[in-house]
Amino acid sequence: MTQERISAQIAELHEAYLREGLTRHHSARDFAPYRSSALRHPKQPLVTLDDPEAAELTGPVFGVSDVTALDNDLTRQHVGEPLGERITVTGRVLDRAGRPVRGQLVEVWQANASGRYAHQRDDHPAPLDPNFTGVGRCLTDDEGRYAFTTIKPGAYPWRNHRNAWRPAHIHFSLFGTAFAQRLVTQMYFPNDPLFPFDPIYNAVLDPKARERLIASYDHDLSVPEWSLGYRWDIVLDGPSAGLFEQEEHE
Amino acid sequence: MNPTPSQTVGPFYGYALPFPGGGDVALGGIVLHGYVYDGAGEPVPDALLETWQPTPGGPLPGSMRRDPVTGAIAGRHGVDFTGWGRVSTDASGRWVLRTADTGLPYISICVFARGLGHHLYTRAYLRDEVDARIPPGRRSTVLAAEERPGVYRFDIRLQGEGETVFLEFG
Repeated sequence: MTQERISAQIAELHEAYLREGLTRHHSARDFAPYRSSALRHPKQPLVTLDDPEAAELTGPVFGVSDVTALDNDLTRQHVGEPLGERITVTGRVLDRAGRPVRGQLVEVWQANASGRYAHQRDDHPAPLDPNFTGVGRCLTDDEGRYAFTTIKPGAYPWRNHRNAWRPAHIHFSLFGTAFAQRLVTQMYFPNDPLFPFDPIYNAVLDPKARERLIASYDHDLSVPEWSLGYRWDIVLDGPSAGLFEQEEHE
Repeated sequence: MNPTPSQTVGPFYGYALPFPGGGDVALGGIVLHGYVYDGAGEPVPDALLETWQPTPGGPLPGSMRRDPVTGAIAGRHGVDFTGWGRVSTDASGRWVLRTADTGLPYISICVFARGLGHHLYTRAYLRDEVDARIPPGRRSTVLAAEERPGVYRFDIRLQGEGETVFLEFG
């Protein structure tokens, strides 16, 4: 399978989405250019439960015992310092009404500066970094803020099709106040030349929604003589905001 | 505000998200176990499942307590019921959850996998009290089978014959 064929499929599906005229924010589960989606998406429609008593309208909580103070600094997990461009990534976790998600768990994982994961099944012939694992976690503060210090991950090849390369990204896992707000996603870096070629990034059919996956470079977040700063706010989807109004008044 | 889009969990979450004891929400209670299958009927060896069971007193932290000295997982302390479990499927597509029967008819499950761009919710009903909005012809896909007292089997079929009913919340 060539990149040309994959790119043509992506263009076709993006055009079909725009013709349809409906807004869909999330990755399409059935997205042929991302080949391993073929057998892993349901063909039956989802069943909507609008039950105010549903268990999924509540969710797990995490506390100070679930993280340690250094968990959000991916550059300090080993004896030496990792190779690569040191960055800080920060932003706020909000619900769709714009309210901060407080005290919730944010987890990240990523490849090293060479584009290699510290995972046994990653056989990309790029060097492992003995000083970088690429895993972090933290709890959001009262404003919903999270912050990580890490190194900028490298792009890497994968076997979706010939000459397939993933744009540099950091995986994020997020919890809201409801299990139904759960989100696993990927944060990208601005102006990556690989965006048009990547079936995973482009599985988000809506062009504006795709932009929401890209962090912005923020010079005010860069620390002199130390690190470059990126800002990325995250908005959790979930059952209609009205269901949570009561909490706001507590 | 418009939501941040989901993206697949990918193949390499294994050293980041699962943790020892993630499937041991409570010991001495019930066991819920099964396989995850794809549309060809093949087991899915790289799925991640999260489970959620609310409790009347509200949720408690402590699912993934850490040792402040080493940063390693210290595990749940076994007194508080946190309600949340996280297990990955093994090479045979199998997962096992040990938890308590809280009296609620179902355990809520969220499925993540490589190839799946947006996670899927389903429920494992322990009792035949399946939500009436789930089509009668497909109810058996969300009903766990009690193999022996306290041991329930629940397979998840992502696609095809016997496809599990997946849910969204209005």
